[in-house]
Amino acid sequence: RRQDVLTVTPWLAPIVWEGTFNSEILDSAYRPLNLTIGVTAFAIGKYTRFVGHFLESAEKHFMKGYWVNYYIFTDNPETIPDVQLQPGRRFVIVPIKKYPSWQEISMRRMEAINKHIAETSHREVDYLFCLDIDMVFYNAWGPETLGDIVAAIHPGYFNVPRSQFPYERRSSSAAYIPDGEGDFYYGGAVFGGLVKKVYEFTKTCHMTILMDKANGIMAAWQEESHLNRHFLSHKPSKVLSPEYLWDDRKPKPPEIHLIRFSTVDKNYKEVRD
Amino acid sequence: RQDVLVLTPWLAPIVWEGTFNRDILNAQYMQKNLVTGVVTFAVKKYWFFIEGFMSAANKYFLAGHQVNFYLFTDNPEQISHLQMAPENHLFVITVQNHSQWQDISVSRMDIISRYIRSQFQYEVDYLYSIAIDVQLFEHIGVEIIDTLVGTISSWQYTARRESKSYETHTESQAAIPKGEGDFYYTASFYGGSVTEVYKLTRACFKGVVEDRENDIEARWHDESYLNKYLLYHKPTRLLSPEYYWDEEL
Repeated sequence: RRQDVLTVTPWLAPIVWEGTFNSEILDSAYRPLNLTIGVTAFAIGKYTRFVGHFLESAEKHFMKGYWVNYYIFTDNPETIPDVQLQPGRRFVIVPIKKYPSWQEISMRRMEAINKHIAETSHREVDYLFCLDIDMVFYNAWGPETLGDIVAAIHPGYFNVPRSQFPYERRSSSAAYIPDGEGDFYYGGAVFGGLVKKVYEFTKTCHMTILMDKANGIMAAWQEESHLNRHFLSHKPSKVLSPEYLWDDRKPKPPEIHLIRFSTVDKNYKEVRD
Repeated sequence: RQDVLVLTPWLAPIVWEGTFNRDILNAQYMQKNLVTGVVTFAVKKYWFFIEGFMSAANKYFLAGHQVNFYLFTDNPEQISHLQMAPENHLFVITVQNHSQWQDISVSRMDIISRYIRSQFQYEVDYLYSIAIDVQLFEHIGVEIIDTLVGTISSWQYTARRESKSYETHTESQAAIPKGEGDFYYTASFYGGSVTEVYKLTRACFKGVVEDRENDIEARWHDESYLNKYLLYHKPTRLLSPEYYWDEEL
């Protein structure tokens, strides 16, 4: 039980923190369902260097005991290392085109995920998580994260007043959120849910991204801004605490008892090229 | 709310005043164009409660949203002209009179499942079974709407000496092994999606039938079977004892 943090949103979605759930109870409810969990991650250009560590750590901590499909989207299939996976878990390379700028690459993820769900993964998985590749798992990530529509609270903004959330503030953008509105600042590095729901919201986000493109505007934090706009009007059914989306450069505050998934320290300038 | 448990260990929210914003929930509910049904039984002397229940329910239960009330009674003549809110509908269904009230109690499960199959599934998305003698004093809104919902019984919550408990007779289908059990749920208010309520009522009635064949009767009747079911099929949302406070406490 946690009394130091908010554990339920005003629309009655649970906020998942260590101490709020019992893994055994959840496993006994979910394991018999024989679910397959999908993971999408984009490894474009120099980002392929993160794949090995991402997968190795996922093998140790992500959805142990469940069927898992990793979908690695890359423009460079030959540079993807061969990682040994446990039984019931497989790894699929999805070749995609590389866009000229890192912002464009980032924003095209919505379209790529949506397309891939329609063509392939809707038949292969029940739940899908879309994760950033330049991250590592340090602790268990289990069925407590499963839900219809799942978003994660950005580690930089969980203890900060709403007025300081870096929402897109220009009204000409389709991702615009006016002052005084907003529930949380969700991170673009982690989102997911039932494959059908992920299909729906990646489509909507891609549409709003295209609208902005047509108007010659790019949202402050790319698809993260569009994601936040979407989750404001279509609230997630489950919210993950920053334990599930941490930034190792930040000092660990008392509310964070456990870091499960965190950024790899890197030279942004060098790797975004 | 920091004074109470607001989340179960399987991450189902426990609904207390102060944990939710009804405006947000109303907006979500209306977006989906949902219809909710209420099933209630007024058999034998319980006809007395009909007017009070329907008048309060029209005023306080999901006010502003369409509710279909399915009233099962053996006494349809006793129903005086009931004023329904414009968005609500009342269906009066006549049932047989059983000799023992325990029989009425457990046959409710059977009746509900049969009617879901033949009728309710086509008319509502969510269905709640509410005892006719429940007193409604405050608004009960869409915060109750979820896939499988149980209400924590106030009896267990204050841990009175004479508290109601799970069926201990180990041969009963309602038996819960010692030491197990999350909460004690009341049979006076439970519900969920029409599919889940169908599964629940079918399973409970099956338990009743099996026990009868072995000459066993669960101590708290349909409530015992309900608790067994919800132990092994965890509710997706729990209503706190604010939603059903037994006056006898």
